[in-house]
Amino acid sequence: MKKTLLTTTCLAVFGLSQAATADTLRLLTWGGYAPDEVVEMFEEQTGHTVEVTKSNNEEMIAKLRATGGGGFDLAQPSQDRIMGPQMEFGIYKPMDLSKIDESLFIPSMLEATKGNTTVNGEVYGVPHVWGTSGLVMNTAEAGDVVKDYTDLCDPALEGKVSYRLKRPTLIGFAFAMGEDPFAAYGDEAKYKEIMEKVEAKLTECKSNVKAYWSGGDELMNLLRSGEVTASMAWDTGGWKLNEDNSDITFVAPASGALGWIDTFVLPAKGQADDVAYEWINFVMQPEVSAKITAAAGNFTASAGADEYAEDALKAKYQDSFPPEAVDNIKWYPPVPAGLEAIEGEVLDRVQAAN
Amino acid sequence: MRAEARIGFILLLTPLLLWLGLLIVIPHIDMLMISLRERISFGVYEPSLTQYDKALTEPLYLRTFWRTAVMSVLATAITLLIAFPVAYYIAKMARGRLQQVLFMLCLIPFYVSELVRTFGWMILLRETGLVSNLLQWTGLADQPVEMLYNDAAMMVGLVYTSMLFMVVPLVTTLESLDDSVVEAGYDLGGSGLSVLREIIIPHAMPGIVSGCIVVFMLSLGNYLTPTMLGGKDSLWFTEMIYNQFIVRSNWELGAAFGFMLLVLSSVIVWGMLRLTGRTLQETMG
Amino acid sequence: MTPDLECVDLVKRFGDTTAVDNVSFSVPPGSFFSILGPSGCGKTTIMRMIAGFLEPTSGDIRIKGGTVLDTPPNKRPVNMVFQHLALFPMMTIADNIGYGLRRQGMAKAQIARKVDEALDRIGLPGIGARKVDELSGGQKQRVAIARCMVLEPDVLLLDEPLGALDLKLREHMKIELKALQAAFDTTFVYITHDQSEALVMSDQIAVMNAGRFEQVGTGQDLYYRPDTPFVAGFIGEANRWIGRIDRVEGSMLEMRTDSGLAMRATAAQALAKGDAAEIFVRPESVHLAASAEALSQFDNRLQGTVTSILFNGAASRVLVEDDAGETLEVTLPQTGEFASLKRGDMVHIGWGAAQATCFAGAA
Repeated sequence: MKKTLLTTTCLAVFGLSQAATADTLRLLTWGGYAPDEVVEMFEEQTGHTVEVTKSNNEEMIAKLRATGGGGFDLAQPSQDRIMGPQMEFGIYKPMDLSKIDESLFIPSMLEATKGNTTVNGEVYGVPHVWGTSGLVMNTAEAGDVVKDYTDLCDPALEGKVSYRLKRPTLIGFAFAMGEDPFAAYGDEAKYKEIMEKVEAKLTECKSNVKAYWSGGDELMNLLRSGEVTASMAWDTGGWKLNEDNSDITFVAPASGALGWIDTFVLPAKGQADDVAYEWINFVMQPEVSAKITAAAGNFTASAGADEYAEDALKAKYQDSFPPEAVDNIKWYPPVPAGLEAIEGEVLDRVQAAN
Repeated sequence: MRAEARIGFILLLTPLLLWLGLLIVIPHIDMLMISLRERISFGVYEPSLTQYDKALTEPLYLRTFWRTAVMSVLATAITLLIAFPVAYYIAKMARGRLQQVLFMLCLIPFYVSELVRTFGWMILLRETGLVSNLLQWTGLADQPVEMLYNDAAMMVGLVYTSMLFMVVPLVTTLESLDDSVVEAGYDLGGSGLSVLREIIIPHAMPGIVSGCIVVFMLSLGNYLTPTMLGGKDSLWFTEMIYNQFIVRSNWELGAAFGFMLLVLSSVIVWGMLRLTGRTLQETMG
Repeated sequence: MTPDLECVDLVKRFGDTTAVDNVSFSVPPGSFFSILGPSGCGKTTIMRMIAGFLEPTSGDIRIKGGTVLDTPPNKRPVNMVFQHLALFPMMTIADNIGYGLRRQGMAKAQIARKVDEALDRIGLPGIGARKVDELSGGQKQRVAIARCMVLEPDVLLLDEPLGALDLKLREHMKIELKALQAAFDTTFVYITHDQSEALVMSDQIAVMNAGRFEQVGTGQDLYYRPDTPFVAGFIGEANRWIGRIDRVEGSMLEMRTDSGLAMRATAAQALAKGDAAEIFVRPESVHLAASAEALSQFDNRLQGTVTSILFNGAASRVLVEDDAGETLEVTLPQTGEFASLKRGDMVHIGWGAAQATCFAGAA
């Protein structure tokens, strides 16, 4: 029943458009992860062509689900979004680690990612880009008030706050409220209880919110124009804004920034696995990784790329992350199935609340 | 000869049937089947009505459903109220070049994508936007005014987006109204209002109904405008469908929502035709 | 007796063009008044000013003695039957006829009674529930008149209402309109470019040209005693010669045509020797004969060749080319005398000076 008629139809359409081009790499990734410069270098060196489709976690999974894992040869969802969808929909295929040059990766990050993406003894993902989400704010205006996510609900900031209505917000608020949602991943009842508390907080907080942002550019505009002074967002957003306005930057919240790792995975019906491995080994080279860091604003799991990274970015990173804050980063564990349904209902109710 | 004609007919019909079958009928049957099942565990599904039960009992979903319906009807009514005088002016008062220019003016916004148009409104209405600055500059407001992220902004966006689809059918029907029929209405003692009510509106009814149907469906199915202009309280049913399908990966509930929307729009269109005593053939043909 | 409708020095200008140029006339109660003229002569403009859809540039319009210039069209005691009738297609026949009464706020039962009466009067009882497009052309015509007449207007304006009908029906409707007018005993002002409609139905006809009234009179006046060359040419058929006056004897005069013929005619206006002039002669005033002797009593005699026979029953004509090379139109008497006439035959033609009208020509 899973391979429905719709799926077949889409497959047929996708299938027709790809048959003749075995050395084209169809890459499903995030904005900034495959800058033109890197793509050109790769094409020149290998003779392959790369088609880049920009997306986000949810859309990547939805796209792959719709085609049963076809249409793309390499995808880059976050490491916590691999195990669940794989068990549910079977949209990825196992990695042949022998084709990957493991020496290019930071060992600890590689091991952690492998562990988090192992299903039935097979490894499905290797790390690529990592970063955190926390608070992006105008420190001059909100720096004294906002130390943690829950401070976004402070009456002093009424109408000046923005965050997303997505799961990172729920997780972040849960930590800030003294809970440990990651520890409750295995206990659905406990998780539900935590989420209900978060829901109450977010509902109460709603009047403080100017808008729930959905795209990075939208938030940038809100912060840059001063319509919003404090927000929950990715570290890179804060650092980019910092270039224009030194008051605005990324701050790791007291309860800890939330760490994510975007990975490389092979879609189940990918048709150019060898090119995909070539791409992985290519972009993980330190000097290439540095270019990606420059474009995306985030660091990669490439060993030794630090040397090539811009000093300015390093300085901002060190500013935002004092050593104790680095230790405090909460890395997302894989999301068990079923939790997203609970979160979805909470988010819907928050959106609907008055 | 007959056989040849038949083959020709079948050949001509094939693309249409393929189009309807592959892109409309089959996906809908598929959607219906998805909506009628329940996830038990990884990859295991069972036929069930749970999705509809959930959709119809959860107050949030119901509220969004009705809110979307009511707001779409409202948007349609406002569009009609604004478009009617515009269409009347274009069809009956403006002549020659002016008529063409006015028509073009209605069309021009559609040269850019809906996204760009919506961004345009955001630039105008936001707190640091044009209107807010203008109000402060003229002294009508002493601090920045936020006009975005509320139902009014959303309504503005919806009406703006739908305008053309109301104006075109109205202009077409009004143009076919003989001027002397309007004059006869006055000549026989009618006032402006009664001529409008008894002669112009009944004549324009096919245009009004088809315009309303199109605008209603466009508003109901709009995703961008409510999400971008409506802000934090904007609840639009299409957004829920998107969320269920893409964000939550809950295709079952999303498909059920999709079907509810289909039923809703069918019922309202049917009601509109019933109310005005018209048939679909008359209105669309 | 106060005239039902009176226009005084009516002028209407559109920008530089004068559509109606200083027109005055009055229509006595109960009469059928026609304005006849070629299209574009300004007759529709007059009618729209009377109905109130246009405002005159200057002059006055009075109905039953009182000016109506400040009265909007929906308050004027004047109703109009439009060229294409302008029945309301979205309403039934009964609703069409009752429309004006509803606007007056009359009670429903009374409206229904009046509508039934009106339908009886136009000879179409019981069609009230029908739709407009279920009626024939002639029935629609009658409904359009009934729709106005239930309001009992002082003046009914009719804007070429027969134009859209086919010939047979048009002939029939002429008679019927006249009968309806007599039955309702209301003043009709009728505009048309069709002289036969005007001649058949009207008590008085105004011939209009280029914004002005050329002549106002009965059909006979216009036909037999035209005041201007335009009227003489516009009403009925006429043979026309241009030339200069040779001799004047009281109201009789003699003209030398440009082709060199001498002709005797009756002066319609004062003319002196040497003036440029034109003579109009109706085809039915011209007599046809096989020999010159048979025409000896006529002042003007010519001989010529038949170039064409235009058979049209009672209105059959012969085209005769005279020695000077000009072609005349002559009525072919249907008495059998000329039944064998054919192309190329020599004929003699003649007409009396009394039947030839002479006007001053363009100098």
